[in-house]
Amino acid sequence: MVTAAGSGHPGGSLSATDIVAALYFQVLKHNPADPKWPGRDRFILSKGHCAPVLYAALARSGYFPVEDLLNLRKIDCHLQGHPDMHKTPGVEISSGSLGQGLSVSIGMALAMRLDNLPGHIFTLMGDGESQEGEVWEAAMAASHYKLNNLTAIIDANGLQIDGFTNDIMNVEPLPEKFAAFGWSTLAIDGNNMEQVLDALERSRTSAGPAAIIARTVKGKGVSFMENNAGWHGKAPKAAEAEQALAELAGEEIQESREKVGS
Amino acid sequence: MAAELKPRATRDAYGEALLELGARHPDVVALDADLSGSTKSGKFAAAYPQRFFNAGVAEANMMNMAAGLAIGGKIPYASTFAVFATGRAFDQVRQSIAQPRLPVRICASHGGLTVGEDGCTHQSIEDIGLMRMLPNMRVVVPADFNQTYAAVIESYNLPGPMYLRTGRPSVPFLYEKVPEGIGNGCDILKEGSDISIFACGIMVAKALEAARLLEKRDIDAEVVNVSIIKPIDADTVAGSLSKTGRAITAEEHSIIGGLGNAVAEVAAEQCPVRIGRLGIKDTFGKSGHPDQLLEEFHLTVADLVSLALDMQKSE
Repeated sequence: MVTAAGSGHPGGSLSATDIVAALYFQVLKHNPADPKWPGRDRFILSKGHCAPVLYAALARSGYFPVEDLLNLRKIDCHLQGHPDMHKTPGVEISSGSLGQGLSVSIGMALAMRLDNLPGHIFTLMGDGESQEGEVWEAAMAASHYKLNNLTAIIDANGLQIDGFTNDIMNVEPLPEKFAAFGWSTLAIDGNNMEQVLDALERSRTSAGPAAIIARTVKGKGVSFMENNAGWHGKAPKAAEAEQALAELAGEEIQESREKVGS
Repeated sequence: MAAELKPRATRDAYGEALLELGARHPDVVALDADLSGSTKSGKFAAAYPQRFFNAGVAEANMMNMAAGLAIGGKIPYASTFAVFATGRAFDQVRQSIAQPRLPVRICASHGGLTVGEDGCTHQSIEDIGLMRMLPNMRVVVPADFNQTYAAVIESYNLPGPMYLRTGRPSVPFLYEKVPEGIGNGCDILKEGSDISIFACGIMVAKALEAARLLEKRDIDAEVVNVSIIKPIDADTVAGSLSKTGRAITAEEHSIIGGLGNAVAEVAAEQCPVRIGRLGIKDTFGKSGHPDQLLEEFHLTVADLVSLALDMQKSE
């Protein structure tokens, strides 16, 4: 999809793929035939640049044809470079400029509480994104309003555009920070499906807002992308994409890995 | 002018109209950022505590919470000072309110120089320009208490976002009763044939007074209260310009980006005439009594009169 577009963000999409897959294919109560069903759970992609993983999950869920994915970022395609709530079915909010999704989620959670709606909101953010001050305004507000219908998932892949998060601007310790803001906090291996599913389900029943700090590998599953900041916002070329897809499909291509990974 | 009514602040009208909206519509919610006493959203907060959300001193979070409430089917009214609503939270308003065309009503008080003693940090002279630049955003600057009340009540039914600017000081009543609505936002309060004065906010009353003084100098000024700066009623503006052939714009805002620009854009495309812009001349404000500031920054009746006379003379 990103190769066809010629641009986009594979690294952070892959680190979050296990989380998004767990949500759309197991955890979320949703109805692709009725995207606005009031009783649904909501998934909010705050780190909007990882639209590819969201679009893939929405397409595979049946919100729109899978073929649309090859028109990502193309003029006249509903799949914008960053998610647009009015263009793509199933996209709950427009996002892209970082740090806003958690605050929007709070507003949605308050509206759902006023209307006695049963749904739960799962908001996916990045660790680099957590450098935005607004994230902490929101962290304060969510616990102030005791929003037990809200789960924030931090895709902590340790990388951002300019390098390692710890070198650029250290955001750790994230679990302690969210705990200090009054959140129930869980730290997990975000690429371990069992742990991801368990944490997401457990977060539904916390007394207030829940934060899942998911330790992940940026570019997960593609040898030459893993832990490489260079793949934050770069599209793989056709041959690279072929290899990446083969690796993700579980086929080890040791020769290519040595060649490209060097 | 409804001279017998004691002047009242437009922000007071916001507070009272919001209270009425709260009583009429259960889906109206309100937000503030620790200024509910000043913006007057506190009246709603006291009456409907379950539907009021104080974000604390966190305007970015407040604007995005308002967006989330709108996505959830509510009609949010978010208030703080104009300088914070538009400057501090610009990106939040842009991405999460204007781009998705959400029905958030940003009702900012303390627009312009008449914030007074707090000085330039709190005097918003760019807010109309900032909001006017955003696609989908309606920009409303009512002129008195009653028009503000009408604009707030009417805003409940708007499909998209709105920025409404109110002020801190008491201003004279121009409308004896609360009008049905604010219509197309271009209200010709006095017809004239020699010069058009387009004014908004506190400058409308001054424009009417200036027109009275100009009459004695044999200048028949038309006074237009422009309460909707965007989308501006281009037909009325161009109609007035073609009748009078010259115009003054008057606003408690920078001469860049606000009403002056909006009128000049219509003129440039539809009826090119000379326009004198009265506003804050690309500079920041300062501390002082509001009346002193209006004098120092040349936003008085006398400034309007002398600009009109100068324009008459130089032709």
